[in-house]
Amino acid sequence: MIKVYLDNASTTPILPAVKEAMLPYLGEDFGNPSCIHSWGDVAREAVETAREQVAQLIGGNIEEIVFTSSGTESNNFAIKGLALAQQNKGKHVVVSAIEHFSVLHSAKTLEKWGFELTLVPVDKYGVVDPDDVRKSLRKDTVLVSIMHANNEVGTLEPIREIARITREHGVVLHTDAVATAGTVPVDIKDLGVDALSLAGNQFYGPKGAGALWVKRGVRIMPLLDGGVQEGGRRAGTENVPAIVGLGKAAELAKADMTRRTEHIARLRDRLLKELPARIEHVVVTGHPQDRIPGNASFCIEFIEGESMLMLLNSQGVAVTSGSACTSRALLASHVLIAMGLSHEIAQGSLLFSFGIDNTSADVEHVLEVMPPIVERLRQMSPLYSKFIKASKGGK
Amino acid sequence: MPAYSAKVMDHFMNPRNVGEIENPDGVGEVGNPVCGDMMTFYIKVQDNRLEDVKFKTFGCGAAIAVSSMVSEMAKGKTLDEAARITPKLVAEELEGLPKQKFHCSNLGAQALNKAIEDYRSKQKKVAGGKENERQKTRRR
Repeated sequence: MIKVYLDNASTTPILPAVKEAMLPYLGEDFGNPSCIHSWGDVAREAVETAREQVAQLIGGNIEEIVFTSSGTESNNFAIKGLALAQQNKGKHVVVSAIEHFSVLHSAKTLEKWGFELTLVPVDKYGVVDPDDVRKSLRKDTVLVSIMHANNEVGTLEPIREIARITREHGVVLHTDAVATAGTVPVDIKDLGVDALSLAGNQFYGPKGAGALWVKRGVRIMPLLDGGVQEGGRRAGTENVPAIVGLGKAAELAKADMTRRTEHIARLRDRLLKELPARIEHVVVTGHPQDRIPGNASFCIEFIEGESMLMLLNSQGVAVTSGSACTSRALLASHVLIAMGLSHEIAQGSLLFSFGIDNTSADVEHVLEVMPPIVERLRQMSPLYSKFIKASKGGK
Repeated sequence: MPAYSAKVMDHFMNPRNVGEIENPDGVGEVGNPVCGDMMTFYIKVQDNRLEDVKFKTFGCGAAIAVSSMVSEMAKGKTLDEAARITPKLVAEELEGLPKQKFHCSNLGAQALNKAIEDYRSKQKKVAGGKENERQKTRRR
């Protein structure tokens, strides 16, 4: 059977060169980087090389990079750590309504700890209006966090404009760049942010390693207390193999970014254009142009995401959905709802996310198997038969 | 993908009795798209038995499998027997449903029951109508 992996937003495969780089640290080079002997030296050098590689990917300084276990940890660390470090200045934080749960739920935790939270809305494309950020700022605002691009609908946010505003007001700005770092050019000086999260498993590195970049001079409170690893900001023995893999993936991403982006965007563009041409009542979600190259997200009307996923899976195609039924929480995607889509339409959410291993044949396979799947589920759908009856009655 | 049993997968991949019945004797609709699942059951009754059962379902794999299973369990049963089909029995026949799916997607029995109630209330109206007719005739 043809197997087509189009779920790179969930995680990317590990590049062979990345795996090769990691292997010694799963074997003979097992040392603890904190130790003062040759095993420790080898491990420490490997971690510091990775730090250099990650710093170069985003244009930061090596001492500003803190390795974490994941994008989720980076975001938790940023939101809680940056807010807590400044709580003597104020207790108000601002995040967008479409942030990843690792930002959103961290902000809600801050609320439980006595902070006040403002959620900035988005328009129908999922774009934050910088003016709304400006309006949300108060004297006691200590942190703004707006994602660089949304992981579900791919929309890129106007971070530069938002950074100008937060700088004017002297408020710390964090951006969740998990969906962008290693995929599109991300330069912290160009963006003008104070902190940035990234994760290696989004750009062909392993799971288990992420990073938070925090600008020199910006205070952050550690989440994990213990030893003085990561400059005292994140205790715990480093996940050396994963960090090495993250570093190698960062180096390769930087070197190969243009070619990757062109390849991925070309495939994505074909699906984005062809799927709505071949199937009626398909809504493209996210911004028409300002979106990350691999993202093709849709809502297929009158049917539900999980049943589509299951039928696609039976045709060898792996994708994801923001429908209520696919989430463990049984809630439709907060991103789609914040963009003003009805629950009914959000239930038909489908996200295809492309990666460097995908080919034109993959897109053609999807375009071939999708119409009959949609047709089959629509023939079963009471919403569709109501729609058909209503439109016939109207004529 | 949730861990679905082979039986659930079979009913999802090859659902039985999908469709609508023209001039049905009863219709039952449950759920709404907000919670994710919507089911409509159509029944045809002959001599107090479910001669035909069909459904249309908007929802996840479990919702579709549940609908299919309920239609299969109900077909040919008397109304009283069919009304005794419970979500628990449906889940058992499907060799189990994932925990989080049990409540939201297991609406088939409820939809079938609504269709039976719909049929019975129509019958009462018809019977009541006939009774009125008779009384009118008598008065005349």
